[in-house]
Formats: sequence, structure tokens, C-alpha cells
Amino acid sequence: MKMFDKPFTTQMLRRKSPWGTQRRHGSGGESRFSLRSLCASAPLWLIFFFSLLALPALAKEAEPLAADAVTEKRLVEISSELRCLVCQNESLAASNAELAHDLRREIRTLLKNGKSDSEIMAFMVERYGDFVRYRPPLKASTLVLWFGPLLLLIGGLSALFLYLRRRNQAISDAPLSAGESSQADRLLQANDPRQ
Amino acid sequence: MNRFLWPLIAFVGLAVLLAVGLRLNPRDVPSPLVGKPAPQFSLEKIAAPGAPAQMFSPQEMRGKVWLLNVWSTWCVSCRQEHPVLVDMAKRSALTLVGLNYKEVRGDAAFDIDKIAPERERQLALERATNWLRRHGDPYLLSALDLDGRVGIDYGVYGVPETYVIDKAGLIRMKHTGPVTPEIVSGKILPLVAELSK
Amino acid sequence: MIPEIGHFALIVALGVALVQGTLPLLGAHWRRARWIALAQPAAIAQAVLVSVAFACLATAFVENDFTVLYVAEHSNSLLPLPYRLAAVWGGHEGSLLLWVVMLVMWTLAVALFSKQLPELMRARVLGVLALVTAGFLLFILLTSNPFERLLPGAADGRDLNPLLQDPGLIFHPPMLYMGYVGFSVAYAFAVSALLSGQLDAAWARWSRPWTTAAWVFLTLGIALGSWWAYYELGWGGWWFWDPVENASFMPWLIGTALLHSLAVTEKRGSFKNWTVLLAIAAFSLSLLGTFLVRSGVLTSVHAFATDPKRGVFILAFLVTVIGSSLALFAWRAPKVGLGGRFSLFSRETLLLTNNVLLVVACGTVLLGTLYPLLVDALGGGKLSVGPPYFDSVFAPLLMPALFLIGVAPFARWKEASVGELARTLRWAFAAAAIFGLVAPFFSGQWKPLVALSLLLAAWIVVATALNIVRRVQSTRAGRSFAAAARRQPLGFYGMHAAHLGVAVFVVGVTMVNGYQAEKDVRMEIGDTVSVGGYTFRFNGVRAEQGPNYRALVGDIDLIKDGRVLRKMNPEKRNYVSSAMPMTEAAIDTGFLRDVYVSLGEPIDKARPQGAWAVRVYHKPFVDWIWGGCVLMALGGLLAISDRRYRARARATASVGAGLVQKA
Repeated sequence: MKMFDKPFTTQMLRRKSPWGTQRRHGSGGESRFSLRSLCASAPLWLIFFFSLLALPALAKEAEPLAADAVTEKRLVEISSELRCLVCQNESLAASNAELAHDLRREIRTLLKNGKSDSEIMAFMVERYGDFVRYRPPLKASTLVLWFGPLLLLIGGLSALFLYLRRRNQAISDAPLSAGESSQADRLLQANDPRQ
Repeated sequence: MNRFLWPLIAFVGLAVLLAVGLRLNPRDVPSPLVGKPAPQFSLEKIAAPGAPAQMFSPQEMRGKVWLLNVWSTWCVSCRQEHPVLVDMAKRSALTLVGLNYKEVRGDAAFDIDKIAPERERQLALERATNWLRRHGDPYLLSALDLDGRVGIDYGVYGVPETYVIDKAGLIRMKHTGPVTPEIVSGKILPLVAELSK
Repeated sequence: MIPEIGHFALIVALGVALVQGTLPLLGAHWRRARWIALAQPAAIAQAVLVSVAFACLATAFVENDFTVLYVAEHSNSLLPLPYRLAAVWGGHEGSLLLWVVMLVMWTLAVALFSKQLPELMRARVLGVLALVTAGFLLFILLTSNPFERLLPGAADGRDLNPLLQDPGLIFHPPMLYMGYVGFSVAYAFAVSALLSGQLDAAWARWSRPWTTAAWVFLTLGIALGSWWAYYELGWGGWWFWDPVENASFMPWLIGTALLHSLAVTEKRGSFKNWTVLLAIAAFSLSLLGTFLVRSGVLTSVHAFATDPKRGVFILAFLVTVIGSSLALFAWRAPKVGLGGRFSLFSRETLLLTNNVLLVVACGTVLLGTLYPLLVDALGGGKLSVGPPYFDSVFAPLLMPALFLIGVAPFARWKEASVGELARTLRWAFAAAAIFGLVAPFFSGQWKPLVALSLLLAAWIVVATALNIVRRVQSTRAGRSFAAAARRQPLGFYGMHAAHLGVAVFVVGVTMVNGYQAEKDVRMEIGDTVSVGGYTFRFNGVRAEQGPNYRALVGDIDLIKDGRVLRKMNPEKRNYVSSAMPMTEAAIDTGFLRDVYVSLGEPIDKARPQGAWAVRVYHKPFVDWIWGGCVLMALGGLLAISDRRYRARARATASVGAGLVQKA
């Protein structure tokens, strides 16, 4: 089951709300509501009023969750190729398991330290074995896996070709007798859609 | 031979494969670290509260055959295997080192963002010490892996896990899951005896 | 009391199945009319008995009878009624009962709707189906009894997995099982033909509508499963090459090959052995799928709770069913005649090339799925074969098949000319090539794989249109185009509809993989984010109460060109019975794109009324994936409705069958 793969707890930027100070605008300490105080605070009201109009413009474009989009993209690519070891067949990118969070954090650190994709793969395989890779490495034990489909295809098509040729030699076309020929003509005429 | 027999032959092969498969466990992942040097680390070990922090590193165990057991107080299976470990430590002359794994972070009750690092360390020390006092302490010492990084280096993917490490510092066996008396007498003790020669 | 009635009904059904599986078959062999006549009433009796059993289990769920172990494990008193009913097949035991229900229903259908079948043939088909049913009933009664009691009864059930509490559970398994089980009918026809020693084109004609029907259900079942995963899992994936998904895809691939091979056998009386083998293979793969899901041999998100005893039983069942039919095949096949002659380049050959491609594709999926098991069994350690592997090897295999879809309808039976085909099709190919090369520019980046796939899809569309036009024109004989078009057999349109469905599917997959966009952002109240030309404004999250869950519902405005189109409400649910929160994505479905919003976590866990992490997607043409599947299924339905298969068998048809039989 997958919810969100990005670990919000470790990567978020904690910033105070940009609205923090502005909310106090217009709700000043004084409670005296005389006309005089209204006029005196007219400029403040005007500012408040116009800032209300500007509110939609102040609603900002949401920030990306990850601090560094490039690193995140690489993280997703790499972790899609890795298996979540504690799940029932999910990728590291998709999993929400505790260990998956930890491993993604680890990979993010490695990426920030400038490690290449293959170095990160090697890191994971060193600790967890080939099992952790969703794309099986090309080794002696996986030759059949990687070349099997192509061999099957070539084999299948060749077998078809050879068999058909042999079959054609084995079957001879028996010509129709005169009686069968006229029967065929009658059937064809009876079923002709043109009539 | 009748060439129409080939589908049947192929199927029999498949059936044999599936029959063998029934006896295997697809979730049991062997460790690539067996035969390789135990990864280095330097972690604070559990000590009396108030005492200055003391570090432990696997280098200190060179020349000895020892077991590294990954455990945590929130782990239910660890509680299951603990009596076996206590018994094992008492009966045989085995050296057992504990690696306390993500004591605070691994517990769903805590929100790690709200806890300062110093507080996390104290909490971990407290919880681990209390637990060992209550259930028995089979360990020579226990090191605190607060964030699980050392666990990753050891290829830990579930608690508990147990490693047998030889005199030269090489990992010779890894067992995932709780240790049972059968595993102790059948695998661990013979291996340790072999390595101690 | 009711569960015991259900249990008893299953036991009696087993008895009936054993009778139905032996006497009619022996009767057909020894020509005993009374035994042969038993088949039909037995089939009806089975349907009634198994339905009673199913109704008893359903009643136990509806009435929250937690003294039944299966109900206690998969239901809960707070579970809404539709899900309580669907929970009947939410676990291993109940889903097996659903299998058997489907089996007896298909058997009943064959008993009632095949009046034109010779009596001996019908008796054999019903007999074979009954044997398969008996095997499943034995399995249920011995290892997976859904009526087992839990005494004292539980206070309340453990609840259905929240992931399954969705309309998808109501439709996907029944549809899928209709397909899986439907191939047992094709299998039964094949085995009956082998048993009788009479393997001819007539057999192919009888078998074809049943096979097509099963194929239609399987197509829809797989499509539903894929769509359900897409909207349920919260991040927009729709196919994961999970072992259980592969287990449903393999019978589909062989089933498609079988449909095409049946066409050759019916029309030309050729390749009967191959067609029979495919029919056996299709059902065998269905059974293999059952084994893989329930035995624990492979890790899968779909796997039921496993028990080695069950695995052994299913394997034994598999070996019996498949082994005996393949042995029968090896015995009978050498005596079957070869059928008509055809040249090395002809429609027959092209259809058989299609078969080779589909069988190789199926073999590839099987290889990838079972490879980890193979390596482990041989002591080579543990390996994972996941989506990256399948994505790399599968697509190149299917591309030649896509090309052939355009060519084959133009090829003549028996002998076709490459030159003539090239002349007919060259402009169609040119048009498709231009489209394929140009179209990607309009969607953004030009990518070679996208261009190639779009070329192939366009090729199919143009070639199909051309074929329809040419065929109607050549049979017009003075009528209007529309009138001539109406006179074409439905099977003709069925074929083209299904092929167009493939093209639509290819477009969907290509565009989504090539051009989908997503953004993962933190949103304060009032923040906006844009993707794919759409803007999303986050208005906060409010708490809501569901029947058995508490939800935090997001309020998001979907805006395009400054206008608010609608509100989208993604949810984060906490079910009463589960610790894990569930994500419900909000999707705006459109003909040309889906817009998909999913809630992550609140930035500050203690303040769900504050900022949230939100993910938004723009997925172009994604619904064409399932739209293509629906079109394929529609094609199949049209083919079944062809008047050739209606009960009124015309005299010429039987004469024709007799002529072909001689060849």
C-alpha cells in the first residue's frame, strides 16, 4: 500500500508562516472607536483595505517539497529500480515502510555527496545482495533471463518457417472431381451476396 | 519419440520446479556480507546514567569469536528470543554484543521531529537499561544505533538479527529473525566451536 | 444452522460433480444413452447446490455471523453492506467458492445454450467441466472450508482490509474469475475433442463463441484491476508486473493466440493440434495463476494468506488436470489430419506468426515471473525480477505484432501476394508514418519511442479503416455504402473493433509514459501549484466521519484559464480497524487527460489544519488505456453476436462442415 514516498519528516523546510506578522494588521491595541480615531487611522485602514484586495496575489505558488528537485528526481529513478525488502513486492520509491524511509534518506545523502548511480547501486548490493535490484544484473546466472526472450522469438519464428515448409511438401492439393466441382459452383451461387 | 510429448515433458519440468519451490521461503534473504569484514563503526555504549559516554567499535573484539545481536525494546520478536539469548550467554562461554537499533525512532509512539538529539540519546539509554534490567542482560555490552545507519551497513532489514563474527573480524553467519534453541545448538554453537579452534 | 446448510450443499455438490464427471464420459464412450442424458440435469443440480452454498455464506456476512471463522476474519459490524457482500470473496476460502460458482454457472450455460452441439460432444464437455469442479470442491472441503465455525464466536470481526473497501472489490474479482473460469470451457471442448478422437473444424466453430466470451471477461477483469490500482494506490501507477498480475496476463496472451488460431482452424481446418494445445495451455495458465497466488511460492502484494498444505493440494490438482490432458494430447494428436495446404505467405501464416509472437510474449512473462524461483531452487541465491526487466523486454516483442494487425486482414487465405499487399497498403503506411513522426511535437518533447508507438497505433487505425472501406466497396453490388456496410457480418466489425481497441490502448500507454507530469509540493492555505496547464488551489483540510472511518478531506479548487472548474477532495482516512492511514486520491477524469491529486502528510503532524504536502499529476490520455480494453471487449462481444453462432444452424453450415472434415 503506498501513500507518499517522500519522507516529510526529514526533508521539510520549517519556516514561519509568511502571514505571521501581517495578521496583526488592523487589529491594533486601542479599542476606542471614535470618529476621530477612525480618521486618524484612515491611512492604516486604506492600507488594510488594499492589502485585502491584494490577498489573491499574495497567495503564493506552492514550494516544492524537496529542497533539491534534481536530487529528488535521481532519487526516484534509482529507488524505482530497488526493492523494498520488508514489503510484499513494492519498489523502494513507492513503499511507505520505515526501512524504506531510512534507505531513501541514505541514498539522498549519497547523491548529495556526489556519488554516481552505479556507486549507489553497488552500495545497496554490498549490503543487501542482488535481491534488492529489480533489474537483475547481467551475470552468468541471468544470461537465460536476459537473452531468453530473444532466443525464444528467433526459435519460434524459425520453427514456424521450417514446419510450414515441411508441411507444404507433405500435403498435396487434391484437385476436385467433376461432381465436387459443380457442387462447389452451386454452393457459391446460393451464398452469393450479390444476389 | 512422439514429438507431441514435448508439452508434457516441459510441464513435468515446471511441476518439479514448483514442487521444489513449495519448500523454499521467498522472503528469506541471504546476506552478501558473509565472508566479508564486519563493517566498522564507533557507537556509544550503554553505561550507567550520568557516566561519561564511552564508545565501542568492533575492532576491540579482534582475536575473539563473538556474536552481534540487533535488538530493540519495541520489537516483539526480540522479547521472544531474549530468554534464549540469556540462557545461551549463561551456559556457554559465548560473547554477545548487543546493537540497540533505532530505540526511539523505530517506536511509532515517538515523533522524532519533536525530540532533540540529546533527549533521544537519554530516552534510548533509559529504555534500554530498564528493559535489560527487567528481562536480563546477556550482553557484554550494547551499542546504541540511534538512527539505524550502522544497521544499514550491516544489511539489517528486520529486528532481531544475529551475526557470528570470527577472530579476524569477518562475518561468518547471519541469522534473521528470533534465535531459537535449535538454531543455537544446531548452528551457532558448532560454528563458534569451529571458529575458536 | 445456515453455514451448515451451505457446507452440506457443497458436499452434495461434490457427489453430483463426481457422478457428472464419470457417467456421461463413460456413457459417451460406451454409447449408453441413459448415462449421457445425466449430464444436463446434473449440471443444473450442481448450479443450484453451489448457489445455495454461496447464498449461505453471503447470508452469514450480511447478518454479521461472527461464529463463522471466515466472516470473523474478513468482516466487521461497521462495514457497509455492499462491502460485506463483496467480502465474501475477499479472502482465500471465499474466493475459491466464487471460482466454483463461476464454474457451475459456465457449465450450466453450456448445458442450456448448446442445443446444436451433438449430444455425445455435449456430454463429454459437461463431464470434463464436472471433473474440474469436483477437484475444486474437494480442495475447498479438505483444506479451505469457508463454513468453519469459530466457537465461541468473536465479539466483532477483524474487518476487511481497508484497501479492499472499494467498489473495485465488487466488480474486479467476479469479472476476472469469469474470464479465468471461462477458459475451462475451451479446455473442456479441447479435451472432449481429443477423447472422442474427432478433431475437426466443426469443433472449432462450437468452441469459438465460448472462448471469445471468456476472453471478453478476462480482458475486462484485468482492465478493472488495473484501473482500481490506479485510483486506489494514490500515485497513479497502473501495472506493476507483480506475479499475480502476470498470472492473469498470461492466460490472456494465450487466450488471444487461441482466438486467432481458432479462426484458422474453423475457416481452413488447419492447425487443429496447435489450437487444442493452446486451449489446454490457456486454462493451465489459469490454474497456474491460482497456484501462484495461494501457495506462497512467490512474494506478491496480492497473495492470500498461505498454507503449505494448500500449496501441495493445488500442485497435485495442477499435475492431474494438466498432466492428463497433455498425455491425452500426446496420444491423440499424431492421428489428427493436417488440414488444407497454404502458401508460406498467406493469411494463415500471418495469423500463426501472431500466435508465435503472443506465445513468446507469454513465455517471456512466465520466465521473468518464475526466474527467481528457478535460481533459488538451483541454489543460486535470491534474485528479484521486477518492472525494469519486464518493461525492457516486453515492448519490443509486441511491436511486430502491432504491425501485423494492420497487414493480416488484407491477406488472402491460402495464398497472398507480398507485392499486392504492399501496393494496397503503402499510402496507409505513409500516412501513419507522418502522423507518428509529427504528433510527438504537439505534446512536448519529441521522443523516438513515442514516435514509433504512435506510428504503429496510427497504422492500425488507418489500415483498419481502409480494410472496412475496401470490403464494403467490393460487396456493394449497387447498394448504398451504408446498406452494404450493414450487410457485413458482425464478426468482421468485431475483429476491427478489437484491433482498434489495441491501437487506443497503445496511444494511452505511450502518452502517459511519455508525457505525464507531477509536482510534489508543500501547500499552505491559499497556495497554488500548476501542472499540465491546470492550476490547483489548496483551501485546507476538514475532518469528516465515515461509516467505519474518520477522514481528513482536502478542499482543492481545480482551475484552468482562470476559471474554477470544480472542487477536488482527496482524503486521508483512518479506519477503525487498521493502524495504517489510507490515501484516497481525487481524480478528475477527462477524455484526453486525468488530473490527479493526492494528500501526503500535514507538514506539522500536530496541526492538520495547517499546511500539507500535496502531490498533483497531469496524466494525458491515461483513460485510453482502459478505454482501449473496453473497445477490445466490445469487439469480442460483436464477434459472439455474429449470426453464425445463433442456434438456428443453417443447412449449408453443416454441409460446409462436412466438406471440410474430409480434408
